[in-house]
Amino acid sequence: MHYALTINGKSHDVDVDADTPLLWVLRDAVKLKGTKFGCGAGLCGACTVHIGGQAVRACQTAVSDVGNHAVTTIEGIGETAVGARLQKAWLAVDVVQCGYCQAGQIMTAAALLTQNKSPSDADIDAAMDGNICRCATYSRIRQAIKQAASGADFGANGQPRKGA
Amino acid sequence: MTLQDQSFQPQALFNVAKLPTSRRAFLKAGAAAGGGLLLTLTVPLLVKAAAGAASAGASTLNAYVTIAADNSVTIMSKNPEIGQGIKTMLPMLIAEELDVAWSQVRIDQAPLDAAKYGRQFAGGSQATPLNWEPCRRAGAAARQMLIAAAAAQWNVPASECTTSEGRVLHQSSGRSVTYGAVAERASTLPVPDLAKVAVKDPKNYTIIGRSTPGYDSPKVVKGEPLFGIDHEVPGMLYAVFQKCPVFGGKVVTANVNDLKKMTGVRDAFVVEGGSDLHGLMPGVAIVADSWWRASKAREKLEVTWDEGATAAQSSAGFAKQAAAFRGQAPQNSLRNDGDVAAALSSAAQVVEADYHYPFIAHAPLEPMNCTAHVEGVKVTLWAPTQNPGPGRTLVAKTLGLDESKVIVNMTRCGGGFGRRLDSDFMAEAAWISKVAGAPVKLVWNRTDDMQHDFYRPAGWHFFKAGLDADGKLIAWQQHFVSFGKNGNYARSANMESTIFPAGRVPNLSMGVSLMPLGVPTGPLRAPGSNALAFVFQSFIDELAHKAGKDPLQFQIDLLGKPEMLPGRGAGFHTGRARGVMEKVREVSGWGQRKLPERTGMGVAFYYSHLGYFAEVVEAAVGNDGQIKINKVWAVGDVGSHVINPTAAENMAQGGVLDGLGEALNQKITIDKGRVVEANFDSFQPLRLTQAAPVEVHFVTTDNPPTGLGEPPLPPAIPALCNAIFAATGKRIRSLPIDTALLKA
Ligand code: FES
Ligand code: FES
Repeated sequence: MHYALTINGKSHDVDVDADTPLLWVLRDAVKLKGTKFGCGAGLCGACTVHIGGQAVRACQTAVSDVGNHAVTTIEGIGETAVGARLQKAWLAVDVVQCGYCQAGQIMTAAALLTQNKSPSDADIDAAMDGNICRCATYSRIRQAIKQAASGADFGANGQPRKGA
Repeated sequence: MTLQDQSFQPQALFNVAKLPTSRRAFLKAGAAAGGGLLLTLTVPLLVKAAAGAASAGASTLNAYVTIAADNSVTIMSKNPEIGQGIKTMLPMLIAEELDVAWSQVRIDQAPLDAAKYGRQFAGGSQATPLNWEPCRRAGAAARQMLIAAAAAQWNVPASECTTSEGRVLHQSSGRSVTYGAVAERASTLPVPDLAKVAVKDPKNYTIIGRSTPGYDSPKVVKGEPLFGIDHEVPGMLYAVFQKCPVFGGKVVTANVNDLKKMTGVRDAFVVEGGSDLHGLMPGVAIVADSWWRASKAREKLEVTWDEGATAAQSSAGFAKQAAAFRGQAPQNSLRNDGDVAAALSSAAQVVEADYHYPFIAHAPLEPMNCTAHVEGVKVTLWAPTQNPGPGRTLVAKTLGLDESKVIVNMTRCGGGFGRRLDSDFMAEAAWISKVAGAPVKLVWNRTDDMQHDFYRPAGWHFFKAGLDADGKLIAWQQHFVSFGKNGNYARSANMESTIFPAGRVPNLSMGVSLMPLGVPTGPLRAPGSNALAFVFQSFIDELAHKAGKDPLQFQIDLLGKPEMLPGRGAGFHTGRARGVMEKVREVSGWGQRKLPERTGMGVAFYYSHLGYFAEVVEAAVGNDGQIKINKVWAVGDVGSHVINPTAAENMAQGGVLDGLGEALNQKITIDKGRVVEANFDSFQPLRLTQAAPVEVHFVTTDNPPTGLGEPPLPPAIPALCNAIFAATGKRIRSLPIDTALLKA
């Protein structure tokens, strides 16, 4: 089946089976490897992307369900004000150990901050608990989210900057 | 065989330990191990690059250092990066002595090349102790060559030249030149004797001891393709591999012809494999034009298995066998000091306790995968591996090729924890590529990963200890039930007989009984220690409470005078253990704070992988038994320098939390020879909401720096269990912690 997808502001035509999870379309058809496979069952969050601005698990989303919604991945999130701030904070706090979970962490955090400019610890707990970090960099993840949020001006509701 | 010898053998990480036949045999091995590790460090061969190996305009000074005309410095990082930060840390050592600014440095992953780099692996927290001297000396040697080149150019004595941030300076004439400008000349000079090159006075360090963010992190946060699973080869196909759910089972028949008709499936075949659980095992390979299609075909796979003997084994059966051993004398004695029986009968108090811990899995977040391309007699692999050398050996053996025909490219690993010390997935990928006649990327799913791991072995410990009227520990009797046969432990199922309080209790016996195991086991982060710390440090805490003593002070008293006792590496130093205990007492406010009801603090320490860690956990237990960890204080002594403080803190926090996750959540169950747990719902790593703040401190001592991947983990588990006892009066003697037992 042919699908026309808008990923990080660009259109991509892919020819894949209708039940193919978006995760594998991104990784193996579109060749965007930043979105990661961890469990294939919606349990780890490594595959988190945004569809129409919502954080979703790409391993649980069939390509046929994406429709016309814009898809944003870790490769594109830096083009949004929220995403850029998070990536900067992630580096400033030196969060990364192995790094395999971090794309998913940043994507979940970006959805959180887009909806909630200054999340409390409880808000962070609620949003981020589905993202496993097997290296357990959790305190730095929490710190980086707060740092990105502090005094943050995300622009107009964190919408993508022009030209993204 | 000394520990040093072993550390350069592939088997060394696997603890294939034979039981000592006598106390004397043990002492001999212990003594050899004592001196070996730190005294006979190998120095890397400074192999000159072959002409043309360096890129145009750049000069290679030794296996690690290449300097370009524009003064950019490329440093090779020899070991696999698994999240331990080695790709940043080893080049820091070189850059320090090379005397360049960190901003000049580019880092490349070194290829697998034993002639240049010695053994290249990520395991046993060994990278720091093994490379602290050699990497600094490699940097210092290159600096000396650059000075010599500049001095020759200026016609001044080298002794009048100094260096700073990538320049050679001649103070008296005011001249200076960049390294880049003299690198070519330097590369033609003889390589100095590494043992004799001058190294910096540590007080002049500008890079060592300064927090340096992960070199590849800017790429990680943008999702760049760094990991093994991200690798692509033109014309590549995708593979899945189904092994028998029962360990060691073989394929009888499989409907591969049906699968071959499915859309996108290019090939499906039975792999005969062998019987080595660490190598290529029997199974069915499905190769398709996408991983998803290969996975879908797998759902239609029907296999008749010959399950073999392990189908009769189960966790319940192991527990029954352990209970039977409990009533018997140990099969083998590990240690026998004094007269335990007499001491127990004269003791004022005898304390008995049974401890148990389960099998657990590694579950690094990046599933096992490998891309392989077999072309005739040559094979190229791209593998997220902790142990590329033995991986190459296994692939060569499996395909019947010469090792020189096997090229292993190390990729970044999405976690390791010891799982990627084994190379089974590399052998599978290579074999499938060979049969399919195409480059193939094999990717396991999470269930493959969880059900075909090399597990941390389960174990049982039956204790009897005696306290005298003053509460002094006078007798310790320990019967360890583990796995193995013919006097050989299963991998990572051994126990050293030097573990504290051994050597500090006048009457002490340790013995072991082994039962056979068909389930493959292997090293999990802090192998041995991740289980034994729980057992030893919890039971000592029990004894302190029975003695009516403060548990922290009880351990300090038991440590006694500062001295070296037999143990791993140079030995176990009671003074260093005391040092971290004293510091954790101070930073945690031990005994100083009034805690709410059902809240308690627990303490533990452990010496593992040459590092000393003492930790205090403060935990609150709800009336429903739910545990909330408020805070952890961790104090480490890993020698004279903490090389990269930001990474060290991150690693220590991760290690502590990993331990707490094991204690709270993790268990692998064997039923009919197979693993029951299949994904992150039934086998849970720690999650964000369970992650307590971990405050990390380091005590520096005048000892060579050692690693941090492992030592922070072991004490976290008993510190938590001891905190739960302080909060509730309930003693945790079995993992994972059963919160139902903690209800008010
Ligand atoms: S891979 Fe999608 S949630 Fe784990
Ligand atoms: S950094 Fe390794 S899984 Fe999160």
